[in-house]
Amino acid sequence: MVSTTHEGRQTPAAPIAPSTAPLAIELRGISKAFGPVQANKDICISVRKGTIHGIIGENGAGKSTLMSILYGFYKADSGTVLINGHEVQITDSQAAIAAGIGMVFQHFKLVENFSVLENVVLGAEDGGLLMPSLGKARKLLKQLSDEYELSVDPDALIEDLSVGHQQRVEILKALYRQADILILDEPTGVLTPAEADHLFRILEGLKAQGKTIILITHKLREIMNVTDSVSVMRRGEMTATVSTADTSPEQLAELMVGRKVLLEVDKTPATPGAPILEVEKLTVVDSHGVTRVKGVDLTVRAGEILGIAGVAGNGQTELLEVLGGYQNGTGVIRVNGQELDLTGKASDGQSRRARGIAHVPEDRHDEGLILNFAAWENIVFGYHHDPEYQKNAWIMDNAKIKKIAHEKMERFDTRPLNEKLEAKSFSGGNQQKIVLAREIERNPDLLLIGQPTRGVDIGAIEFIHQQIVALRDQGKAILLVSVELDEIMALSDRIAVMFDGNIMGERLPSETNEQELGMLMAGINNGADATLSEGA
Amino acid sequence: MDFLTVLQILDSTVRLATPLLLTCLAGLFSERAGIVDIGLEGKLLVAAFMSGAVAYVTGSIWLGLLAGVAASLVFSMIHGLASITFRGDQLISGVALNFLAAGLTVVIGQSWFALGGRTPPLSGHGRFGEWNLPFSDAWSKIPVFGPTYSELISGHTALTYIALIAVPLSWWVLYRTRFGLRLRAVGENPSAVDTAGISVVRLRYMALVIAGVLCGLAGTYLASLAAGFVKDMSAGRGYIALAALIFAKWRPWYALSATLIFGFLEAVGNRYQSISVGDFVIPVQFMQALPYILTVVILAGFIGKAIPPRAGGTPYVKER
Repeated sequence: MVSTTHEGRQTPAAPIAPSTAPLAIELRGISKAFGPVQANKDICISVRKGTIHGIIGENGAGKSTLMSILYGFYKADSGTVLINGHEVQITDSQAAIAAGIGMVFQHFKLVENFSVLENVVLGAEDGGLLMPSLGKARKLLKQLSDEYELSVDPDALIEDLSVGHQQRVEILKALYRQADILILDEPTGVLTPAEADHLFRILEGLKAQGKTIILITHKLREIMNVTDSVSVMRRGEMTATVSTADTSPEQLAELMVGRKVLLEVDKTPATPGAPILEVEKLTVVDSHGVTRVKGVDLTVRAGEILGIAGVAGNGQTELLEVLGGYQNGTGVIRVNGQELDLTGKASDGQSRRARGIAHVPEDRHDEGLILNFAAWENIVFGYHHDPEYQKNAWIMDNAKIKKIAHEKMERFDTRPLNEKLEAKSFSGGNQQKIVLAREIERNPDLLLIGQPTRGVDIGAIEFIHQQIVALRDQGKAILLVSVELDEIMALSDRIAVMFDGNIMGERLPSETNEQELGMLMAGINNGADATLSEGA
Repeated sequence: MDFLTVLQILDSTVRLATPLLLTCLAGLFSERAGIVDIGLEGKLLVAAFMSGAVAYVTGSIWLGLLAGVAASLVFSMIHGLASITFRGDQLISGVALNFLAAGLTVVIGQSWFALGGRTPPLSGHGRFGEWNLPFSDAWSKIPVFGPTYSELISGHTALTYIALIAVPLSWWVLYRTRFGLRLRAVGENPSAVDTAGISVVRLRYMALVIAGVLCGLAGTYLASLAAGFVKDMSAGRGYIALAALIFAKWRPWYALSATLIFGFLEAVGNRYQSISVGDFVIPVQFMQALPYILTVVILAGFIGKAIPPRAGGTPYVKER
């Protein structure tokens, strides 16, 4: 069967005009409820063969549920699925694969210590013995990597591959199973701009071969750039399906959120004051002996936002950890002119907070919150020693803490407004608001904030961005770390790009563009930085 | 120490390593599939009891073997039901089975045979006979090779040879077959297996069936070796096998070496009841404690870093 597919590829069919091509997928009236929650309500989609169809929607809009139904993870309560015009019963993943559907999950489903080949054949072996399957896969992988830009070393272990290459393995897995329909769930979340471009070239190549692609994303720009048509989901319902050429990012955002959304952050030019944070020659060596931060210098002034761009894993995390007081480093860090201890007893979160530093960590699940604790407990963590929260020398004033927590949550528009709920019961955006409420309401001199909108829906992103800008306008210094280039561009008054533990360069948002920043993020510096930090 | 003594200690090493090896391989299949199996000890014990009882009643150790394997399988399936189907805690389920085995064997044993929990002694066909390999007599006069062949290699029971063959067989199954690939994958990342359209639950049950059979063999071996069941006769061998499994980094060939080391320590402890170092006499208890001491050393992580299967111990729940 593989060989016939391959012959088909060698004589590419004439490009199919999307508007007249037959339907590859048709969903009719799909509904699915989890208890009282209606995750999908009467969803209808038609996707023509040989097109790229985007599905956008906020977190919890029901995109993933819909795709899980299509891939056989859930059974729909009602509705029918037609593949290539025929009704199919997708009872499990095996049935989905048999119907020609391949799925690239957001979190890859790869066995880390298996080779690429072993991962590709897993579940699609030819017989009881492994060697013939592996041999066949090796040959086919070579063909596929020549045809599309999908080259990976078949004998490499997954754990040794970059994220971009791991994603290619996922695509190869689907192609090895002869998928004609490829579903990608948030595929660019972990990629550099260059890797994302590469992925889109691969998708274009697959489309040219007549494959149908469904792209699930929350990034409006990707939808606009690569899709032919797009469906918008909101609260379990399909609110619109439009041709990409006939729409605009603003219109899509409005369809997603249900109201007009400001995509641009509304902010006035910064008026930087005295330096609040000064970092000189900061070096961080992690517990494995790897140097993560290599002599970084930077300054953040009062009333400005310094954005640190970079692909995840280039030292930004460690930089935040040292500043936040839970990682040792060497070098000099001054806050308000006074040096901080970088090792030893006086280097911890408690002492950092005492110096006016607030920290919204990158990973709110592991570091920002204790998910099994109530919101009011989470809002007081780190500040629970404060005299204002104590009833007497021995007992905390929980009633007062709850009251304060309630007020803070109200000011940060946290929904549901119930301080007694466990942190894990809130959506990503509302969890982040709880963390922000805790940190910002303490009125810090310096706010460290990592990935402020990771896993946060558009409506909440707007709110969080406004809060950050408002804090800046009060004359506070803000160090923002984000892997979302759009966010860095929108919020920062100055941008520093980190690559491999170094600051590759600093730019002003008004004088740079994504291409230039993308090059810096990949470690290529063409232009001179001059003395930007002085000028700003 | 003459050559014959060395041979005898090694011969005894093989005899004592056999149940450990079978149990260790049982744990290997189970843990490679992501099911932590602390209940090896309990399975060993019920298998020893049932095989001892049935072998006495029927006079055939082979029927005893069937009964032992069946008893061990029942325990394995209870573990599967608790930890796979109902997604319970694997450690708790395993510990519960160990307690159940320790109690049930004595109670039932007392009720059946009224010998204080032990089974009547086995003899004749109630025990495994020793297999003399071809030419073991004819070649025994050849220097060095002869005695090695007839003393060390020949003259073990069928189960010892089965255990030894199980090592390359396990390796082959794990690394050269489709089933092995899937089994290893399910212990590392079950969601990868699930999204590939293969049943995680079925694979894990199959691993527990293999573990049950291997523990059944090991338990029967113990009953045959001791010529009957005695209360708590597994004596922590299930735990030692687990330690050997960690020592072996969850690989079949390493499992053979690891269990041989434990078997050797036990053999030395049995043979040299007291050793004098100058005026100081090392007490017999110390010698007999050697395998257990090594277990503690291994479990405390002194022997390198062993990375267990990554999904071990966690029940698989499909994510939303």
